[in-house]
Amino acid sequence: MADLADLAAREFKLPDVGEGLTEADIVAWRVKVGDVVAVNDVVVEIETAKSIVELPSPYAGHVLALLAAEGDTVAVGTPIIRIGEPGAAPAAPPPASEVPTAPTTPAVTVSAEPIDTNIPPEGNATLVGYGPKQRALKRRARKSGSNPVVEEAAPQPSRDPRPVRALAKPLVRRLARDLGVDLTALVPTGPKGTVSKEDVLAAAGSAAPTAPGRAHAASPVAVDPAGRETREPIKGVRKNMAAAMVASASTAPHVTEWVTIDATATVELVDRLRERRELAGVKVSPLLVVARACLLALRRTPLINSTWDEAAQEVVVKHYVNLGIAAATPRGLVVPNVKDAHALSLVELAQALEALTATAREGRSQPADLTGGSFTITNVGVFGVDGGTPIINPGESAILCLGAIKAQPWVVGDQVVPRQVMTLSLSFDHRHIDGATGSQFLADVADLVSDPATALVF
Amino acid sequence: MTDPVFGPAPERVPDPELVQLLTPEGERVHHPGFDVDFTADELCGFYRDMVLVRRLDIEATALQRHGELGLWAQLLGQEAAQIGAGRALAPQDFVFPTYREHGVAWCRGVDPVRLLALFRGVDQGSWDPAEHNFGLYTIVIGAQTLHATGYAMGVQRDGLVGTGEPERDTAVVAHFGDGASSQGDVNEAFVFAASFNAPVVFFCQNNQWAISEPFERQSRIPLYRRAHGFGFPGIRVDGNDVLATYAVTKAALQRAREGQGPILIEAYTYRMGAHTTTDDPTRYRLSDDVEHWKLKDPIARLEVYLRRNGLADDAFLADVAAQADALGERMRRECHALPDPSPHDLWDLVHAEKTAELAAQQAEYDAHAASFEEVSS
Repeated sequence: MADLADLAAREFKLPDVGEGLTEADIVAWRVKVGDVVAVNDVVVEIETAKSIVELPSPYAGHVLALLAAEGDTVAVGTPIIRIGEPGAAPAAPPPASEVPTAPTTPAVTVSAEPIDTNIPPEGNATLVGYGPKQRALKRRARKSGSNPVVEEAAPQPSRDPRPVRALAKPLVRRLARDLGVDLTALVPTGPKGTVSKEDVLAAAGSAAPTAPGRAHAASPVAVDPAGRETREPIKGVRKNMAAAMVASASTAPHVTEWVTIDATATVELVDRLRERRELAGVKVSPLLVVARACLLALRRTPLINSTWDEAAQEVVVKHYVNLGIAAATPRGLVVPNVKDAHALSLVELAQALEALTATAREGRSQPADLTGGSFTITNVGVFGVDGGTPIINPGESAILCLGAIKAQPWVVGDQVVPRQVMTLSLSFDHRHIDGATGSQFLADVADLVSDPATALVF
Repeated sequence: MTDPVFGPAPERVPDPELVQLLTPEGERVHHPGFDVDFTADELCGFYRDMVLVRRLDIEATALQRHGELGLWAQLLGQEAAQIGAGRALAPQDFVFPTYREHGVAWCRGVDPVRLLALFRGVDQGSWDPAEHNFGLYTIVIGAQTLHATGYAMGVQRDGLVGTGEPERDTAVVAHFGDGASSQGDVNEAFVFAASFNAPVVFFCQNNQWAISEPFERQSRIPLYRRAHGFGFPGIRVDGNDVLATYAVTKAALQRAREGQGPILIEAYTYRMGAHTTTDDPTRYRLSDDVEHWKLKDPIARLEVYLRRNGLADDAFLADVAAQADALGERMRRECHALPDPSPHDLWDLVHAEKTAELAAQQAEYDAHAASFEEVSS
């Protein structure tokens, strides 16, 4: 069965999608073993040094095997997916570790250790992924007795897989020495048969414990020899977050105000809403009520929902609200937004928020979801925190922060009674929003959350 | 403050009216300068051309992602500009394209597989420009505008302008983009074309993006108005409206053939895809813009018009879709079958005449190549 499937199987090799790229990261598979794909169906999303790209299948048929795991860095030319003829049965999925290295990598094993300055040059060490493709040096044999027209080329270095010497960069050698790891005892997995830092660290694994709380070895995390520090690369969502926060904090003078309120009425309203038939199956939370309160309050203080256009020297007041919700995802902070939230009913808003956050948590937010926001809410209350001084999402003018709702003593009339209390904090751009406007907006939201019936007034 | 001597710098002018005959909603509107009637066959032909060219583009993009092409320059969103410009040509007119004129190549009868061969790197562009009156793709940005102007001056000197014979009078089209309009070559071409009153139509597809540079950073005035400074007319047409593009180009070509000199057409459009398959536009533009332009899709508006007026039925549309599928399938099959280039091309194709020295070099090479064993694969 499996043989038959293999017979009909074709493998899709990772193409060079960008004029001279040598490798790419597998971001997400869009298919799984057993799926039926047609020609040009998207099967995988990859990230190169230049861009994130969707790869369409060159073949039609059943997916027999995914040959690389999400997060893997794969060399161009490496098979990444096996697809059988239409009708072929899928083979048992291969182990996740069936990820081959570059097909041209010679299997060099390792012998002597002394520091060797004759390190082979890194053929692929280019800055932006541009560079010569790594190709095996192959020459056709000369016919015997043929008249040599050109001189024989200089003898090629032996490509025999015999043990010669340990190939490793000086840093790796130093690391091995510090950790007491014998380079000659390792199976190299680095480019061109070199021993990589990861190889050394893996070999030293039992001797050098990894940092606590960092057990998931899948992430590309480097641990220093003594295990007292961990270095994580700044890239992807984290890099975007950093750039956005620095840009915002360094251009918009932030002012933060806060108010602590009795949110008991909102908590009760949430309970009642959960009973309603039209909201069955939709997540209803205080966030929904606060979001709705913001949308109402923005009608009275539209300046909160605006953009400072530095280039045009204009403040752009928006007549629509693209409501951003800051979401913690496995890949870091993202702020997807609900488009035209001002035009949605409560039920529609609840559905939109749920869809938005679910997509974000799966790490599948589309660029369109993440751009064009006009106002943002961040809910740090889910972490049990009372409040904070949020940083405005770039391109917007204000951000509201929800604290945790906790039972606390509260003065009602002359009596101290337990109430559901929360803190709302608002940061706004003081270049164009003055204290009066910011305070008005925050007070309106506070009124609506304290007494949702106030909504009738707005 | 207005300078009392030199006067004010030009204001950044808002986008002016553009010539439009079919709105994004598929409403036929009329323009006093371009009152053209179209037959149902012509309209259906435009539709078919645009659908097939879009498929050609999508299929080639997929082939690049399969690893079959080194690169592809996408035309997605610019179908109307190219089909309008291509179908307005007379057989004797000559076109100098950029590397993105797949729609014009289609109109000139260049097999799409020939385009694939170029982007696969197995030849340098193997269609015969003289056979199709369609030059080879020019990679150097804007260089072809000078070639076109020179060719047009040649046409002039051959006496093929202003004779009044419709099959004889010839116009030349120089294609370029908004990015190229900032290049020296394009400005030199404008100067020469104006000075010699050359029969050349400068057809600029302003797709808003010079790779990652937006057009508003390249000009303080609308692009078509640049022509005025060189002394010839410019006009802006809705580049997503195939009817308007066709009508304006046809009139401009006729004007050039009659000897009235150059003209600049700015086909106002949008590059819906990436600059090339190597580019990632999400790094520099907002998807909101793309969504906005999706509403102006050139094919959708014509389809609405055809359906609403009963000019095309489901059978016609299904037939066009089937033709597109067949085209895609053929492109995949024939792309895979494209032969690798022969080393002999060096001697056979570079020089018009094979001199004794070249022949000797070729013989020497052949002897050398024959000294190796066959490759066992």
